[in-house]
Amino acid sequence: MISVFFYLFSFIAVFSAVMVITVKNPVHSVFFLILTFFNATGLFVLMGAEFLAMLLLVVYVGAVAVLFLFVIMMLNIDFSSLRAGMIKNAPVGLLIGVILLGEIIFSFIGMKYGIAGIPGNELFVQLSEVENTRALGKVIYTDYIYLFQCAGLILLVAMIGAIVLTHRRRENVKKQDAVKQTLRSKSDSIEVSKVEIGKGV
Amino acid sequence: MYQISLTHYLILSSIIFTIGIFGVFLNRKNLIIILMSIELMLLAVNINFIAFSTHLNLILGQVFALFVLTVAAAEAAIGLAILVVFFRSRGSIAVEDANSMKG
Repeated sequence: MISVFFYLFSFIAVFSAVMVITVKNPVHSVFFLILTFFNATGLFVLMGAEFLAMLLLVVYVGAVAVLFLFVIMMLNIDFSSLRAGMIKNAPVGLLIGVILLGEIIFSFIGMKYGIAGIPGNELFVQLSEVENTRALGKVIYTDYIYLFQCAGLILLVAMIGAIVLTHRRRENVKKQDAVKQTLRSKSDSIEVSKVEIGKGV
Repeated sequence: MYQISLTHYLILSSIIFTIGIFGVFLNRKNLIIILMSIELMLLAVNINFIAFSTHLNLILGQVFALFVLTVAAAEAAIGLAILVVFFRSRGSIAVEDANSMKG
């Protein structure tokens, strides 16, 4: 039963990954990217990594894919001119891709994987009987707390960087300046003057 | 029933990784599709990490996949922000225009 689902998810994932890079419309490309991530989520669940599967859905489908869609729809980009030369580049890319795939698959055929030879392997935390989320939480808040904080810092820097990069100051737009308002004093805003009768100011 | 082994997942992830690299070659001008191809490659890396995590019965691979996910999200945000700024100053997102990115 698991193998049926493995082949289902992986075939759809590979198909939609091919569609991501070949379809004409980039909006469709984003939708196929979302389909790829959904199927990868299914594969993660098959492998027993439920927490990361849900995280993949939330982060990629919920945030990154929507970000891509926003950018594609907000910028008025002429995509047809960007597709020129696609046929010309295809054979070289295909050649390099096939060579690379062959090398990767060749490298792990007949290989034995284990942690017996790794120094310090007694420190590795085994997956125990507890559920996946609890097992992950047990290590990222203890052994990997500095790396976890570092990941948060990376996200903060990315957020600030994105805001700083895309923020632009517009000319001729009046805005409220709170500091200027609160620093106003009575002396430089009101003037009391004696006005003689019948003369005016 | 036929058993799914580690090698199946490794072959799947290497296929998706290769599709990502092929996508960079195929859409050499379109920066958005190149960013999506990079996302595909990072997804393949994540599948690899989790497959080994399951195979070796260690949680370590999932911790690494978590950090890869974080960096991928940050990279997409910064990359798209740079793309928006580039489009504003240049009016196109063609990669060959990007050799003079001053200011």
